[in-house]
Amino acid sequence: MKRVYVNEEWCLGCHLCEYNCAFANSGLSDMAFALKDKKIFPRIHVEGDDKITFAVSCRHCTDPLCVKSCIAGAISKKDGVVRIDRTKCVGCLTCVLVCPYGALAPGENGTMQKCELCLENACGAPACVTGCPNKAIVYEERGDGE
Amino acid sequence: MKRYVIVGNGTAAVGCIEGIRSSDTDGEITVISEEKHPVYGRPLISYYLEGKTTLDKMNYRPADFYEKTGCRVIFDRAVSVDPEKKTVALAGGGALPYDALCVAAGSRPFVPPFEGLDTVEKKFSFMTLDDALALEKELDRDARVLIVGAGLIGLKCAEGIKERVGRITVCDLADRVLSSILDTDCAAFVQKHLEENGIGFLLGDTAVRFDRNTATMKSGKTVEFDVLVLAVGVRANTDLVKNAGGTVNRGIVVDGKMQTSVPGVYAAGDCAEGYDASIGLNRVIAILPNAYLQGHAAGVNMAGGEASYANAIPMNSIGFFGLHVMTAGAYDGEMTEEKNENGIKRFFTKDGLLRGYILIGETERAGIYTSLIREKTPLDTVDFDLTKKVASNLIFSRENRRKKFGGVV
Repeated sequence: MKRVYVNEEWCLGCHLCEYNCAFANSGLSDMAFALKDKKIFPRIHVEGDDKITFAVSCRHCTDPLCVKSCIAGAISKKDGVVRIDRTKCVGCLTCVLVCPYGALAPGENGTMQKCELCLENACGAPACVTGCPNKAIVYEERGDGE
Repeated sequence: MKRYVIVGNGTAAVGCIEGIRSSDTDGEITVISEEKHPVYGRPLISYYLEGKTTLDKMNYRPADFYEKTGCRVIFDRAVSVDPEKKTVALAGGGALPYDALCVAAGSRPFVPPFEGLDTVEKKFSFMTLDDALALEKELDRDARVLIVGAGLIGLKCAEGIKERVGRITVCDLADRVLSSILDTDCAAFVQKHLEENGIGFLLGDTAVRFDRNTATMKSGKTVEFDVLVLAVGVRANTDLVKNAGGTVNRGIVVDGKMQTSVPGVYAAGDCAEGYDASIGLNRVIAILPNAYLQGHAAGVNMAGGEASYANAIPMNSIGFFGLHVMTAGAYDGEMTEEKNENGIKRFFTKDGLLRGYILIGETERAGIYTSLIREKTPLDTVDFDLTKKVASNLIFSRENRRKKFGGVV
């Protein structure tokens, strides 16, 4: 399956992926209206220091610990994509406790959100990838693990 | 066709079903459920009372789960196992034959023999959905609630009902809250937050005697109450395996494959005592992720596959009134601390490994810390000091990150 992969040598640390992600999942059609003067809750985040930067989002692991650990049964894996039903999530953060990549974070209302590869929103393909100015984030097949 | 029987219908049972079905799609699976509900997220009962979830949303798996996995669910109680005949006898009569059996019977509340407990009209445990629904009927704005036990169950109950009752007092013989997972300083921080949110405490002092609506404490103090919640502790349900001649201790003793000492019988979840990699000994780790993972390993092995679950560690993520608490591993070795007005982070290192942590307040990306414990990552291969304030993947080598974020994991 296709996943999002990151090449940190090419990451500029510009944080555009975070804004494109937040906009893609806002359900709104105007980026300025969706994001201006607001705290954003993207499903991808940039980590690093003054030398190295890289973006982190869900790895859609072959054996996802978050799915097995969710106390609400809110996280599931279907067609290789790890998804969350936010209406079932109670915000206990057990998924944060177990995710070795630090890929999940709460959204504005305290329930968890995570990268679902923009398959459920209007983009249809990851907005972080489309908007990355230096192709440091790509969406492609690597290996055959589901 | 192989016949599988699972005693219990909680998280470990679901893990077991999904473990079996990962390789055997034809075998006959029968689940014996004492609770008359399809599987639900047991830790959600406090969130239900708090209004953060609903009965509909509490289902742990979709409504068609048993149908899709080809399981028959019998609402009955298993009373004994005959390891020679390979049958499980039911309270309602009859016996089910099995080729492989998984005991995922969970635990039950431990209620000490309090003097006068039978005079208390409104008393509850807080383990099951039925407990929560029964307690809910007695909640009203004037109710004075006494909770015996300041552990995970008692405090989640307190949070869940806070807005629906008049007054809550929590007592515990231990001198601090959450004594099983927090040290004194961290417990004090959490207790202060709970008190600021209206929960009252009597610690180092517990109820010894009841007379209708009055509890008398060990210290001689008395507490008037309308509703009593008993959350002193739990005991693993080990009798089925014990009476079948199997080895039990605090829980049903299992090996890394979740096999008990009785051939063909496996155990998983809160009733099982498996290997705890954080202390190098067998121990009951009564947490939901462990139940699933043990159940899944049991299921794979029951179906003839090879699965071992060797890196279990205790870990908890729990929140109260917006303050999150995470703990993992063993609090063993040298302690280093990051502290500010919003919280505390304590890390325990020994022999060049992160052994355990306590995080109060700031818990961002804590799974990175958990993985260092679980994977026994030598700290001289990562820049651990860098990450004590906020967990970050920056601590790993570039090559390590290339594997994580550039490959299939």
